[in-house]
Amino acid sequence: MSATLLTLSSLSKRFGGLVAVNEVSFQVAAGEIVGLLGPNGSGKTTVLNMISGSLRPTAGSIDLAGARLSGLAAHRIAALGVARTFQLVRILPSLTVGENVLAALAFRSKPLWGREARDRADALLEEVGLAGRGEERAADLTYIDQKRMELARALGAEPRLLLLDEWLAGLNPAELRLGINLIAALREKGMTILLVEHVMEAVRALCGRAVVMNAGVRIAEGATADVLADAEVVRAYLGGADD
Amino acid sequence: MLVTTIINGLVLGGTYALVAMGLTIQYGIARIMNLAYGETIIAAAFLAFVLNGALGIAPLPSLLIAAPAGFALSYVIYGLMLRPLVRRSGGGAGLEVNSILATFGLLFVIQGIMLVLFGGDYISYSYMNFGVDVLGASVAANRLLALVLAVVLGGGLYLLLTRTLWGTALRAVAVAPQSAPLVGIDANRAARFAFALGGALATCGGVVISMYQTFTASSGVIFTMKALIVVILGGVGNLAGALSAGLLLGLVETLVATYVSPGLTLAAVYHIFLGVLLWRPSGLFGKARR
Amino acid sequence: MKSAFVWVALVLVLAALAAAPFFMQAYGLGLLIGLMGYVTLASAWALFSGRTGYISLATVAFFGIGAYMVAAFNEVLPYPLVLVVAALAGLALALVVGLSTLRLAGVYFVIFTFGLAELVRQLVTWYEINVTGTLGRYIFMSLGPEHIYWQLLALAAATLFITWRIDRSRLGLALRVIADDEVVAAHLGINLARTKLALFALSSVIITLVGAVQAPRWTYIEPAIAFNPTVSFLTLVMALLGGASRLWGPVLGAVPLFLLFEWLSANFPNHYSILLGLLFIAIVFAVPKGIVALVETRFRTNERAFRPVAMEAEGKP
Repeated sequence: MSATLLTLSSLSKRFGGLVAVNEVSFQVAAGEIVGLLGPNGSGKTTVLNMISGSLRPTAGSIDLAGARLSGLAAHRIAALGVARTFQLVRILPSLTVGENVLAALAFRSKPLWGREARDRADALLEEVGLAGRGEERAADLTYIDQKRMELARALGAEPRLLLLDEWLAGLNPAELRLGINLIAALREKGMTILLVEHVMEAVRALCGRAVVMNAGVRIAEGATADVLADAEVVRAYLGGADD
Repeated sequence: MLVTTIINGLVLGGTYALVAMGLTIQYGIARIMNLAYGETIIAAAFLAFVLNGALGIAPLPSLLIAAPAGFALSYVIYGLMLRPLVRRSGGGAGLEVNSILATFGLLFVIQGIMLVLFGGDYISYSYMNFGVDVLGASVAANRLLALVLAVVLGGGLYLLLTRTLWGTALRAVAVAPQSAPLVGIDANRAARFAFALGGALATCGGVVISMYQTFTASSGVIFTMKALIVVILGGVGNLAGALSAGLLLGLVETLVATYVSPGLTLAAVYHIFLGVLLWRPSGLFGKARR
Repeated sequence: MKSAFVWVALVLVLAALAAAPFFMQAYGLGLLIGLMGYVTLASAWALFSGRTGYISLATVAFFGIGAYMVAAFNEVLPYPLVLVVAALAGLALALVVGLSTLRLAGVYFVIFTFGLAELVRQLVTWYEINVTGTLGRYIFMSLGPEHIYWQLLALAAATLFITWRIDRSRLGLALRVIADDEVVAAHLGINLARTKLALFALSSVIITLVGAVQAPRWTYIEPAIAFNPTVSFLTLVMALLGGASRLWGPVLGAVPLFLLFEWLSANFPNHYSILLGLLFIAIVFAVPKGIVALVETRFRTNERAFRPVAMEAEGKP
């Protein structure tokens, strides 16, 4: 197995009296895609938010290749090589599609600007299936295209770790196929991805390993097929969140 | 000396608390950041001055005129000026900007009217200006009356809002304006009522202030500022917080004025404000937002 | 080709404006000085507030500090150094205000700046009474009105040029990203606090310099004159009317409004501030988009920044 990229140790987050994440630990190796699973409210997105710096952990630590992420502001974490998409897609509505991607290029740790940046933005848009649409207003895009643009923006940062928060949710079967292929292509390029996902078809197709959370606690971890067969996991999903 | 200072500080603090309660109601429930709030206070101070001088009505009974007048005026201002902004923002965040800008304009209108009517000089009148012995210190009777009024009015309001069904409804709007209609509360009416109630408190505060302080047509800004700081200190919408923070501010200000320099009171207030912003932006008594 | 034409036209306009004092009477020049002052103030205000949505009500705090620094140092330092001292004083105040408020939601900044001019006025008053012992100061300088005008013209041109450059730079893109969504901005690696602080400092220094350059016009200065809140108010109205997020917006707002205000103050001196206030309220109502289009988006994102991202996810309480 290749080197560990991301390490979470006893990570906890409390909102007032509510413990959203309770002593969660796991690792992600460089080049692998790990699925972070669990029913709604189990704390998956909170974990993602702590990694990206949206939230500060109450306790525990997060390390990325030897650098301590926990406690840093979001922009510092971004500079260390973490990029993400958001559960509810977050576009920059007053900017064009191209500028949305340009923004990622202009403020990453090795910034691009000018002609070079525009070319790179065009290439990224092509990569996610938005070739030639850089001049359109981001707010005018359809939902799926906004998701594509958000992915292009995340990739523009050239992250060492990509966090995808239900990036495949809300897509129709044909779009889902495209989406899975897109992520699979990223895996071929050696990108490390931690994804929160409810779409089990995608998890099975993409993730070599999976971590399952329930009520803020990690309840299973291992090869995806084994984890999904685990009795406790099945119980956590009882009622069939497996959509 | 110290006892007098502390009592004077409590008097001033009581007034601040009273005034800040009105502002915290306007901002917390009606969601209006009212920058013309201090002008309402000063307008009431002028009203008390005129009633006392020209008509011979003492400040205490003139509260019975000032409070309804403040309520009615604020009610009208909300309906004419702010309600359209509320409707336009559709409950969105544009309201905060719009209300800041509109009431900033209103500030200049009210201040301008007062300048035209009364000029820019310092105004004061004499009312119950004799010493009363409290714990061995002599305190002006008008100040003691101011403290009593602040306690009675502020306490009454507190009970009204916390112990009655009607008050609970108002507070419900403050907490969750979107959900209020679900339980049969008309959020619009509640907001207008809250804004008017805040205005009534401002005018009461103005009458109380005029009993023991000098003021000018342009003093409003400072009162708005202090009330805003008390509101932030106490946590937006938090009445008990406003009470404690108001007393604290009044004490600090009086101590600084007595032992350091009267010219540095606003500087002291700003120091407290800075401290709170850096240390606990959600207020000393507010719940932490994160 | 088109842009070359625009540049030539701009240079010609600038030259014509620079030549104006040779063809004008004292009254006309005085008017032009006032106008150029407000053009610069409104543009500098918009450079920060129009692009970040943080509404500053403290223009006159900086303006007044600039004027006071000139009054305090014009007899002991050479003029260029006086301007440097004034700029540094404005910078110091901007850093204090910015460092303590710009990490927080916009409303705290508004409140802080609301009382700031009054605070500075009281502090200066206190200092003058307790330390120097006199309240007013005289400014005797041999600068003719045309020199003041040229300095203001240069400052206005510089402000517009800087704004134009910033809008086209990475900083400009950063500001637009921040205005759209602060959370995304931070996740793209933008240092929100530093970006806002840099812009606020720049804007404040320009405003301070306007006050410093205009100070000799007064000859006598005291806190009530230098820290007149109407200056903050007028600047705000002009920039908002013209469109605070656009390069030429504040200029377009400043020119007609300045002339209107001059006329109002000449004809209705007693009712001036009432009319100003009513006019401002009318502007808020009549041209809401011109006023808030950008500012609005900012406050929305700001509220979002208040609530952590987790709130929209997973049905947290």
